[in-house]
Amino acid sequence: MKLDSKIPEGHISEKWYKHRFQLKLVNPANKRKYSVIIVGTGLAGGSAAATLAELGYNVMAFCYQDSARRAHSIAAQGGINAAKNYQNDGDSIYRLFYDTVKGGDYRAREANVHRLAELSVNIIDQCVAQGVPFAREYSGYLDNRSFGGAQVSRTFYARGQTGQQLLLGAYSALSKQIGLGNVKMFPRHEMLELVVVNGRARGIIARDMVTGEIKRYAADAVLLATGGYGNVYYLSTNAKGSNTTAIWRAYKKGAVFGNPCFVQIHPTCIPVSGDHQSKLTLMSESLRNDGRVWVPKSPDDSRKPSEIPEEDRDYFLERKYPSFGNLVPRDVASRNAKQVCDDGKGVGSSKLAVYLDFRDAIKRLGKPKIEEKYGNLFDMYEQITAENPYNVPMRIFPAVHYTMGGLWVDYNLMSNIPGLFVLGEANFSDHGANRLGASALMQGLADGYFVIPYTLGGYLAEGGLDKISTEHEEFGNAEAQTRERINKLLSIKGTKSVDHYHKALGKVMWDNVGMSRNAKGLDEAIKQIKEIRYEFWQNVKVLGENEEINQSLEKAGRVADFLELGELVARDALQRNESCGGHFREEYQTEENEARRDDENFSYVGAWEYKGDDQEPEMHKENLAFEYVKPSQRSYK
Amino acid sequence: MRWITVFLNSSIGKKIIVSFTGIFLCSFLVVHLSGNFLLFRNDAGEAFEVYSHFMSTNGIIRFLEIGLALGFILHIFNTLRLTLENKKARPVPYAVYKPSENSTLTSRSMFYSGLLVLAFLIIHLNTFFVTHRVIGTDVTMYESVVESFKSPVYSWFYIFAMLLLGLHLNHGFQSAFQTLGMNHKKYTPLIKFLGLLFSIVVPAGFATFPVYFLFFHQ
Amino acid sequence: MKLTLKIWRQKDSKSKGDFSTYELESVSPDMSFLEMLDILNEKLISQNIDPVAFDHDCREGICGSCGVYINGRAHGPKRGITACQLHMRSFKDGDTIWVEPWRAKPFPVLKDLVVDRSPLDRIMQSGGFISARTGSAPDANAVLIDHDTAELAMDAAACIGCGACVAACKNASAMLFVSAKVSHFALLPQGHPEREARVLNMVAQMDKEGFGACTNTGACEAECPKSISITNIARLNREYLKASFK
Repeated sequence: MKLDSKIPEGHISEKWYKHRFQLKLVNPANKRKYSVIIVGTGLAGGSAAATLAELGYNVMAFCYQDSARRAHSIAAQGGINAAKNYQNDGDSIYRLFYDTVKGGDYRAREANVHRLAELSVNIIDQCVAQGVPFAREYSGYLDNRSFGGAQVSRTFYARGQTGQQLLLGAYSALSKQIGLGNVKMFPRHEMLELVVVNGRARGIIARDMVTGEIKRYAADAVLLATGGYGNVYYLSTNAKGSNTTAIWRAYKKGAVFGNPCFVQIHPTCIPVSGDHQSKLTLMSESLRNDGRVWVPKSPDDSRKPSEIPEEDRDYFLERKYPSFGNLVPRDVASRNAKQVCDDGKGVGSSKLAVYLDFRDAIKRLGKPKIEEKYGNLFDMYEQITAENPYNVPMRIFPAVHYTMGGLWVDYNLMSNIPGLFVLGEANFSDHGANRLGASALMQGLADGYFVIPYTLGGYLAEGGLDKISTEHEEFGNAEAQTRERINKLLSIKGTKSVDHYHKALGKVMWDNVGMSRNAKGLDEAIKQIKEIRYEFWQNVKVLGENEEINQSLEKAGRVADFLELGELVARDALQRNESCGGHFREEYQTEENEARRDDENFSYVGAWEYKGDDQEPEMHKENLAFEYVKPSQRSYK
Repeated sequence: MRWITVFLNSSIGKKIIVSFTGIFLCSFLVVHLSGNFLLFRNDAGEAFEVYSHFMSTNGIIRFLEIGLALGFILHIFNTLRLTLENKKARPVPYAVYKPSENSTLTSRSMFYSGLLVLAFLIIHLNTFFVTHRVIGTDVTMYESVVESFKSPVYSWFYIFAMLLLGLHLNHGFQSAFQTLGMNHKKYTPLIKFLGLLFSIVVPAGFATFPVYFLFFHQ
Repeated sequence: MKLTLKIWRQKDSKSKGDFSTYELESVSPDMSFLEMLDILNEKLISQNIDPVAFDHDCREGICGSCGVYINGRAHGPKRGITACQLHMRSFKDGDTIWVEPWRAKPFPVLKDLVVDRSPLDRIMQSGGFISARTGSAPDANAVLIDHDTAELAMDAAACIGCGACVAACKNASAMLFVSAKVSHFALLPQGHPEREARVLNMVAQMDKEGFGACTNTGACEAECPKSISITNIARLNREYLKASFK
């Protein structure tokens, strides 16, 4: 298989501009003749659905939540990057491009990243026009804050609820189109199979989660915007329902999976409190603007944080990275937190946490200012831990947060299956091996508002799409597969719950495929995951039936897919004999314990092709060329 | 003209009518109360008679009276409609329901306090308005007042009704402003304070009459 | 902690429901309320009893999926939080906890604690948007919005659409929800061109769905997990009045 990234010719700053002209157009009157399925209604899916419907396409949008507004984009807190340079602090499209390529540890496609940086500017305009209440200065102009991995203030924010506000913007645009009848919305519907006809993606099989009905939906193109697969670790900051099923079904139908091992572990999450823990809560990275990260210098310091004097504190990020300080990128911050905890300096009862202290910021800015900036985050922290961060430092620890990996797509966001487009976190494209803070929202909206409307048109206008109906035999096959799988899950009637297996998988993943990895552990993980998967299919217990709301059945299908994906993540981590971004292999580190990248041998996208359940997947390489940002060792010192 | 029926049949339209008429009825209470204070003039009811004669014969007042009746009818009619619709919106009640944790009793019992005030109003109208204006009698209005309040049952009933009126006004006054869209961080506390004052002063003012005639009038 | 749970069980929207009583031991005070339900469900599964269905997703108080009536209160005994943010330290050892679905005619129960909140979506579809065709926006700083107005709009926009206002209101009124949406857009200059049509359409849809009317008890504001103020309802009324008589 040859992976053609279809990167346009020309100077990086002209590629998108030229490409837009070169893409064929669909005549306005003809757009209504085309139908599009969009799975997922977060920032990418919601904005795509609204925009494509505005253009005149017939859109069917699916989400598993009871409302499109609840997609997990809603939980993004800190902000969205844009190269507006409103602060006059030296920002530019080129700098955002540069920071993102560097922040991604030189494992992203330059052309995609540059396009993202270009579009960032339009996104802010669009969102403001929709009524997103971004923070303002007293003069009425938009306010900015800074985020990790950047030395400029380019992050736009709406308190600690930026994702929510951006999603509500996209959701309201989508709502308008639903009201007008241009979008048919299917909430509480889960995509369970992709339908490929004559080599092209032509539809999906979805389950109505209220009645259990398995239904066929046909269209001219299928867009997956179903988010990341962080829940393969069981504990993550993802929503409980976030899953890999849509992209995994596509993978098993031939779409290749790019860089599955690139998983972001976010440094500032609330630590685990016990075995009952069902998910982890993120504390926005924006807190690192004013909070200082530290641990006691001595491993056996049992004093209360307020009693530990300045000289006994180790502000380890400020010490090791004086120029970026607490605002180093996420992978660096996480790994350092893990290191100090491994050295026994961790705090709290579990010793698996570091302090994030606002004492100095409160002293400098006053409590009201801190309250205005972070009030809701502080409240959230207090709800969960029963500790007041105005008085005692927060305790934080890294947690799985975002997956840079995802289905491989070309410059047009189309996978190797023609007609199957992948948007947002679900694709692998723009963040390389590590995503910078406030860039996920940017990518989701860029894909949905400004990329797909052009590239989808280009695909449709090329023609060659026959009329098909859901009576086609491929639909029949896909439906039969889906039913068989559901019946299998319901008929095992074993002894252990779905959560039991999910937790077992999560533990293997976190211990062996987590913040730091080694070949031995990865081998072990692959072996163990296979065992868990085998046992799952022998012994899982799913009560009830298909024809009802059956949350155990929903979970079972998702966990079954995670049990396959987990192995692929480990496999990808095992082949990548280097450390880069979120992927840290213990065997490949510098003397100062920093990641040691191997550009000579690993400057490629690892794209995995499914070869059958009883065969190992095959990895294809898309080599990455860096013409503009020359790879160097990332330094934030 | 469709807009007007849409407005009058909308939930907010009905609320606005209730509020508007509520405020109007409050103004009536003030007029009524200030006139009634003539009862305290130690002139064997002479001034009060002049006043009540004027009120019952003057053309403008008679015209305004129709407005008043209309105010009552609209207030009650829309309240009834809203209450029935509101009841329908929750056909299955909660097994455990603790509204006291989130709202005041007076705000939740407006329908009942209103209903009792209405009952009082009917009796009150029967005692004075029907007797004097509909049936007709030789007894003066002042004599009727003295006579009625000499009865402890009637007086205590009157006082009790004023208490309920107070509760009704306590929520109703400020609530009317809220419904009419007047909520402002500077002025709402003032409205709430005035509402509290109004809900105490006006019913208390009315209650002074039975108290006076029952205990102090010779 | 040892708890007695009285949970509403209902097979589907057509069946009749009732309360089931479950005993739960060794509940940790650090658990969230939903984690406690997880533990219960694991126990039920082990006893071959159908686990309790409840809506939940982000478990960090922002998606608005979760929402149950706990001991007579929407989202439980504490103010300003969702059920997923409620922790078991808010209860005492030996407590009996009643858990019911939202009760309102427009929110039929689908199963156990899961209700259908699609009326809120339909209200949004009737007018809860600013029409800004993708690509047509001027520069973001072209329209200045003073800090306080932006903050006020944000206060209203914080609504998570969980339906607690409807659930807590004695009239099952959705006015806090609708008013938050209307306020958010009416406060911002971008929302002005459509403000009249918006409020008229949204209120019409709200009434059509069968929600009750507001009697200003303030229960919604008290139970709203985002503490959205009823000053928004006053603004809704004002907008509606202005739009009707214009």
